[in-house]
Amino acid sequence: MRRARAPARLLLVPVLWAQLLCGSVWGSELTFELPDNAKQCFYEDIIVGTKCTLEFQVVTGGHYDVDCRLEDPDGTVLYKEMKKQYDSFTFTAAKNGTYKFCFSNEFSTFTHKTVYFDFQVGDDPPLFPNENRVTALTQMESACVSIHEALKSVIDYQTHFRLREAQGRSRAEDLNTRVAFWSIGEAFILLVVSISQVVLLRSFFSDKKTTTTRVGS
Amino acid sequence: MYITRSCLTQILMFRRALYFHIGETEKKCFIEEIPDETMVIGKYRTQLWDKQTGSFLPSTPGLGMHVEIKDPDTKIVLSRQYGSDGRFTFTSHTPGEHQICLHSNSTKMALFAGGKLRVHLDIQVGEHTNNYPEIAAKDKLTELQLRVRQLLDQVDQIQKEQNYQRYREERFRMTSESTNQRVLWWSITQTLILLVTGVWQMRHLKSFFEAKKLV
Repeated sequence: MRRARAPARLLLVPVLWAQLLCGSVWGSELTFELPDNAKQCFYEDIIVGTKCTLEFQVVTGGHYDVDCRLEDPDGTVLYKEMKKQYDSFTFTAAKNGTYKFCFSNEFSTFTHKTVYFDFQVGDDPPLFPNENRVTALTQMESACVSIHEALKSVIDYQTHFRLREAQGRSRAEDLNTRVAFWSIGEAFILLVVSISQVVLLRSFFSDKKTTTTRVGS
Repeated sequence: MYITRSCLTQILMFRRALYFHIGETEKKCFIEEIPDETMVIGKYRTQLWDKQTGSFLPSTPGLGMHVEIKDPDTKIVLSRQYGSDGRFTFTSHTPGEHQICLHSNSTKMALFAGGKLRVHLDIQVGEHTNNYPEIAAKDKLTELQLRVRQLLDQVDQIQKEQNYQRYREERFRMTSESTNQRVLWWSITQTLILLVTGVWQMRHLKSFFEAKKLV
């Protein structure tokens, strides 16, 4: 029993180490709320040579714009855009270290924004961690790989469509509530103004009984 | 051997993730718009700023994070206190915007004198939650079978998202129709109110001036 176990355990450690050293294989997509006059920064440790993509889109709020800034570990600004609605930026990490990207809504006084971002670092993790390809992929396997890539881009497009639809929907719901409140408010103001006009006009004439001149309206 | 393995697993659970800084009483919320019956797994790790060494400590006992997840109807799905490292998971039952909120709930508030807490966060949704090597081992699949399984999961997610899209479009359409109806009715009502008050004003003033013998 011991002999059967030992080889498995010996294999496990190098496998885990291989996965650890496999380089950055990561992707995070988050949607968060950015209050007015606020700045939110995110950090990521990246290994040199990794191809990374930062994509962001403003979902709701104001003119749907936000400031975005991406810096490398030395503080050099790799990407800086002001008041952008959506953008995609690809870069290859030239240094090891912590990369920082910030979204700023400091130019806005009272609208808070919802921002979506997708930060892809490296490629997808392999399906089999202990995969050491000696032979090339078979035709079936390479067909599967290309379908997988195509489906990934379909999911990506779906996400963007969903965000655009969320934008439109939130505006429509906003409009609906505004129309309701303003109509009720306006009807109320109309009644109040018309009644007070009559009351005011009556008060002009109530004391001056001897005045015969017509007061035009 | 086992210690090494457990250490490595611990590192692997969080070998690389996005992180951000959070204040003492600050609450950070993230929105996930997902179709129904979708699984979401969130993992986080917290590190506290150590003023003495001027860096973040690898782990601090006593640190806790309170995780609160609300569904689209603002009903609380999950509201739990976790330690400095945590893993939370939930499956959505209604499609829509779910809100995941984190705020620190430290047992030793004195630790927070520096005011900075680093939170590593990873939220995976839908088919990204599947652990393929584990599935392959459990169901004993060949590589081709596993790839096909992955494709099936992806297509399943696309289908769910499209279903959700149909539901959203219907809601959008209903909102627009409701706005249309409201604008129509309120325009008519307001015009009527205007005419009625105008006529009433003129009649009232005419009778008032006739009474005052001005007309």
